Amino acid sequence: MTTQQTSFWTRYANPAAFQRLSARIAPLAGGGAVALFAVGLYFALIGSPAARDHGEAVRILYAHVPAAWMSLACYTYMAAASLVGFVWKHPLADVAAKSIAPIGATFTALTLITGSLWGKPGWGAWWVWDARVTSVLILFFMYLGYMALWNAIEEPTRAARIAAIACLVGFINIPIIKFSVDWWNTLHQPASFTKQGAVDGAIALPTWLLFSAYVLAFFWMLLVNMNAELAERRAARLEAGARPTSTLVAEPAE
Amino acid sequence: MSALVSVFSRDVELAFRAGGGAAQGAVFFGLVTVMFVFGTGPEPGALARVAAPILWTGALLASLLSLDRVFQADFEDGSLDILVQRTETLEFLVLAKAFAHWVGAVLPLLVITPVLAAMLNVEAMWPLLASLLVGSPALSLIGAIGAALTFPLRRANVLVTILIGPLFAPVVIFGTGAAADGALGAGFGAPPLMLLAAVSLFSLIVAPLAGAAAIRFNLQ
Repeated sequence: MTTQQTSFWTRYANPAAFQRLSARIAPLAGGGAVALFAVGLYFALIGSPAARDHGEAVRILYAHVPAAWMSLACYTYMAAASLVGFVWKHPLADVAAKSIAPIGATFTALTLITGSLWGKPGWGAWWVWDARVTSVLILFFMYLGYMALWNAIEEPTRAARIAAIACLVGFINIPIIKFSVDWWNTLHQPASFTKQGAVDGAIALPTWLLFSAYVLAFFWMLLVNMNAELAERRAARLEAGARPTSTLVAEPAE
Repeated sequence: MSALVSVFSRDVELAFRAGGGAAQGAVFFGLVTVMFVFGTGPEPGALARVAAPILWTGALLASLLSLDRVFQADFEDGSLDILVQRTETLEFLVLAKAFAHWVGAVLPLLVITPVLAAMLNVEAMWPLLASLLVGSPALSLIGAIGAALTFPLRRANVLVTILIGPLFAPVVIFGTGAAADGALGAGFGAPPLMLLAAVSLFSLIVAPLAGAAAIRFNLQ
């Protein structure tokens, strides 16, 4: 079906080929994520000491820090997929960009929620207008806007191009937004809450384990989302194709 | 070039005509200010401190209101198709449209800003006006991106606000910062005003490129 000259890119532009590949990878990613979560959570909750300054509450950071990394990484992946879809009109890249958005938004929400839970014992308030917190909140709104744009445009190809432009404009603006929020924050509150000492090895291990678990979970969810999106599109095509004969053209049977 | 000038002057003329919305935008701006003051209370000292944030937020909201005039009206009556066909460089069309939005929808806000600022007991009037003058083109330019992305859609208005709202964060931060810095006696070369100008200039490059790309795909 595929000649040997087809590159990696073009081969997996075929949804069927992609789905065969993802059917093999998805269980591996999902299984790996579960295993890493199990080991990581053991070290996070039992196998590591409580922090000297913050007590047991520090354990919430094991869920928080990797989620914060993922929230930014997802937007970067989304922008990369948007660029590939926009420049090379790669159909799967469009599907990938669309599928990453809800995952990224979830990681961002998780970052905000766990940060808020950490904030109460750590800072004494559920919400502090810290520069990083505020930047992450704006990032969350950017995910929501991107998803709203996809939902508003019915035709998938046009939705993909338009959403890609919005995503890329957002992506080049992220450093500017980040810089402005940092600037605003130093203007209003000079003391930074987030300065910490060197990260101890006992804390680093569960953080990295859970980060790896998050990455694998991300790939797993991404593949599931992409397959669902492809199935949805196929269903919509079948429905559109079936309509003229079944409903619109009411001809008597032969 | 002359085509772009005529596009610009036509849009400005439409904005200032009866029902064009230039005056409504200014009235809305005044109303937002009044609502904020209802929220903060009437003490002059408190008002002077929040005046610049109130006026910046009000100007931002009022400029969002009129974004549907940038492309949507022309799209609905079919003239956008003709404009796009006749324009050699679509990027410049976006620029002309954004500039027309600034003159037709944002400039009226700047005109009544001194009155509202005086009512809010602002003493440093020039820094506030300078910040709005330097920063508000970014509102029109970023707004034009949002308008270009969403003009064929129903209920585009709400979508535009959530789509480009986050991109307005630097404008509001540096804008209010420049006004506050100026009130403390900073000159026109102070960092926030310079950063605000940088945001406006950056938008000047990004908006035509992104807006033109969006129009191309939306008209396909």
